[in-house]
Amino acid sequence: MAKKPSPRKTTKSGKPAARRKAVKAKTIAATDEELINYYKTMLMMRRFEEKAGQMYGMGLIGGFCHLYIGQEAVVTGIQSTLKKGDSILTSYRDHAHMLACQIDPKLILAELTGRITGISKGKGGSMHMFSVEHGFYGGHGIVGAQVPIGAGLAFANKYRKNDNVSVTYFGDGAVNQGQVYESFNMAKLWNLPVVFVIENNQYAMGTALARASSEVELCRRGDSFKIDGEAVDGMDVLAVREAAQRAVEKCRAGDGPALLEMKTYRYRGHSMSDPAKYRSKEEVSKMRAEFDPIDQVKKRLIEGKIMSEDDLKAIDKDIKATVSEAAEFAQNSDEPDPSELYTDILVAE
Amino acid sequence: MSVEILLPAMSPTMTEGTVAKWTVSEGDKLAPGDIIAEIETDKATMELETDEEGVMGKILVDAGAEGIAVGTLIAVILEDGEDASSIEGVTATIHPTPAVPPTSIAADAQDLAPKPVAAVPQDDDIPDDVTYKNMTVREALRDAMAEEMRLDSDVFVMGEEVSEYQGAYKVTQGLLQEFGPERVIDTPITEHGFAGLGVGAAMAGLKPIVEFMTFNFAMQAIDQIVNSAAKTNYMSGGQIRCPIVFRGPNGAASRVGAQHSQNYASWYAHVPGLIVIAPYCAIDSKGLLKSAIKSQNPVIFLENEITYGYSFDVPEMDDYTIPIGKAKIVRAGADVTLVSYSIGVKFSLDAAEKLAEQGIDAEVIDLRTIRPLDMETVIESVKKTNRVVCVEEGWSACSVSSEISARLMEEAFDYLDAPVMRVTNEDVPMPYAANLEKLAVVSEDRIIDTVKSVCYKEGDA
Repeated sequence: MAKKPSPRKTTKSGKPAARRKAVKAKTIAATDEELINYYKTMLMMRRFEEKAGQMYGMGLIGGFCHLYIGQEAVVTGIQSTLKKGDSILTSYRDHAHMLACQIDPKLILAELTGRITGISKGKGGSMHMFSVEHGFYGGHGIVGAQVPIGAGLAFANKYRKNDNVSVTYFGDGAVNQGQVYESFNMAKLWNLPVVFVIENNQYAMGTALARASSEVELCRRGDSFKIDGEAVDGMDVLAVREAAQRAVEKCRAGDGPALLEMKTYRYRGHSMSDPAKYRSKEEVSKMRAEFDPIDQVKKRLIEGKIMSEDDLKAIDKDIKATVSEAAEFAQNSDEPDPSELYTDILVAE
Repeated sequence: MSVEILLPAMSPTMTEGTVAKWTVSEGDKLAPGDIIAEIETDKATMELETDEEGVMGKILVDAGAEGIAVGTLIAVILEDGEDASSIEGVTATIHPTPAVPPTSIAADAQDLAPKPVAAVPQDDDIPDDVTYKNMTVREALRDAMAEEMRLDSDVFVMGEEVSEYQGAYKVTQGLLQEFGPERVIDTPITEHGFAGLGVGAAMAGLKPIVEFMTFNFAMQAIDQIVNSAAKTNYMSGGQIRCPIVFRGPNGAASRVGAQHSQNYASWYAHVPGLIVIAPYCAIDSKGLLKSAIKSQNPVIFLENEITYGYSFDVPEMDDYTIPIGKAKIVRAGADVTLVSYSIGVKFSLDAAEKLAEQGIDAEVIDLRTIRPLDMETVIESVKKTNRVVCVEEGWSACSVSSEISARLMEEAFDYLDAPVMRVTNEDVPMPYAANLEKLAVVSEDRIIDTVKSVCYKEGDA
């Protein structure tokens, strides 16, 4: 989002009080293997974003860079319910969504450093990345613009009479954009197989939800369109998965769309250039300490004696090595050749 | 006293109509609000009511009679007690005081629309033995869509009133009947949303034709057109294509005021990643719309409400397309080059005829595609004529004409014997009043004066 953080300090806290309404996981129905996978996926996202943050600080990544740290359970839980042929798209906070789609971290990080080896040949940047092969349709820099596009991907599925689903992510800031409701209306009118996922991380850049939204129960934003919404504990990957399963199955059965509000939290600023003075350190510390999505799975792994501390350390070590390797790749790759300036504007015909 | 019923104008650009049916007969009693006839216009069939109480005295036009000019006396109603003998000998003539005053552009169209527009030189690759069919621009556009929909099941049309209503301007007439509601889709009035939805469908590999009722309403959707449709191929390093056509009428219609009378050609032509097409005649409308639908790129296809009703000869050929990005010399000449597009071509051709009478031989170029611009054709013409006047039904600031002027200065300076001039609409929001509208819109007279000035002929403006 091409906006600079407001210098104004806000007084009203975006305390995640609304969390109490969120649906908790009813059962821990995950297998050991699934739990381990979620742990690895989320830790990969966390380490990747930490590295991106470091590289931004070193001047290796330019422009805007929006980190997903704290929100990992949302995309991890939802992605676990999808199959090949499904598509997802999101806003500019997109790195973790790409990792969830199994896109090679090297290609993502090299895009962030603006190199020819990046997934968009260095021409998209952090906010504009895509992979048709992996069903990832961006990476959109304009707040809310991905929502009708996601409905359009779902439209294509319906047109082709397949059972693929489009998962369209957007934030608690985008929910106030008009085109979101234009999309809700058409999606319900035409029963499009689209799962609208509101990632409610409590702040639209620096503005706490209640300061910008007359209705803060975002799961109710589909009510006028007869789209049933569900609020979900977005810090718990199993709760996310459970809700996503219901939503995705509903869409596959031709009974779309579905709407999920994921109550989540980002630990970092809106973007790297945001000092996040609109909330207290204590608020962030409390969320990290009590609700961290990775720690929650870690606890289940340890308490269930599925993994030992040492096992987990070994996983972390592997992931760090993978991320470091990607960082090396991203730094050592060449910038795009000047001849790339005029390629990919139009498809040659 | 008898009441004269004149054929009313039922839309801003209607110049003639057909009395599809009389719902009353001579001698029938009438009350205010009674429907007396069904009038078919170029856009729709509408019911004609009477405001009067009386008796239908005389019906002057047969049901089914086509091409009745607006303002023609079509019936006479007798008031109570009035004798039918008082209206003997009355005939269907154009009334000296038309029901609706002729308006600026509509008046021009009225003069010209009924007769087929003079044949323009054809593209080279049409065989000599091909047969031609006379059709309107509106029909040519519809046929282009229908042909492409038959060829490719991924092509579909969506927009406001495109399906059951058969198109607000009747351009999609008949498509629902042939292709069904799954491929001819009525949308809510939600331009930003359905433009974005179309972009998503295109990114998924379908080939949407998104109709905007007019391009004035596409301003609601311009973020999706520019930021999503145009830029994604580049931002994805060539991975995500967006084969979509945004089409609809553009430019001034007639008497619809400032918010509904604007030419957006230069807005879209500004954007790398878009193709912008603005045809004039039916053959180009059909051939270029087919090319636009086949294209893998996002295309802005700018039509014109006034030219919808113009008729031209179109070759009857299978899958005939016209290449995107090629201008056409529609009138050869030696003294000055008029560069235009869309309805500006009409003004230019008419001006050229009058200039010929005054000994000035104008060449007229129809750009057809605005982005990419075919400067080669323009420059080749300038080498011959050494003078250029750009004609554009739109504002002059940052216009297509401005771009052509700049490019000529950069690329053809040495061939110019006079400054490149722009004849465009006045730099004002479109006024409603008929006289002011006429003053605001580009005109033949202004083209003629400007051409004379660059040819250094007497009677300079």
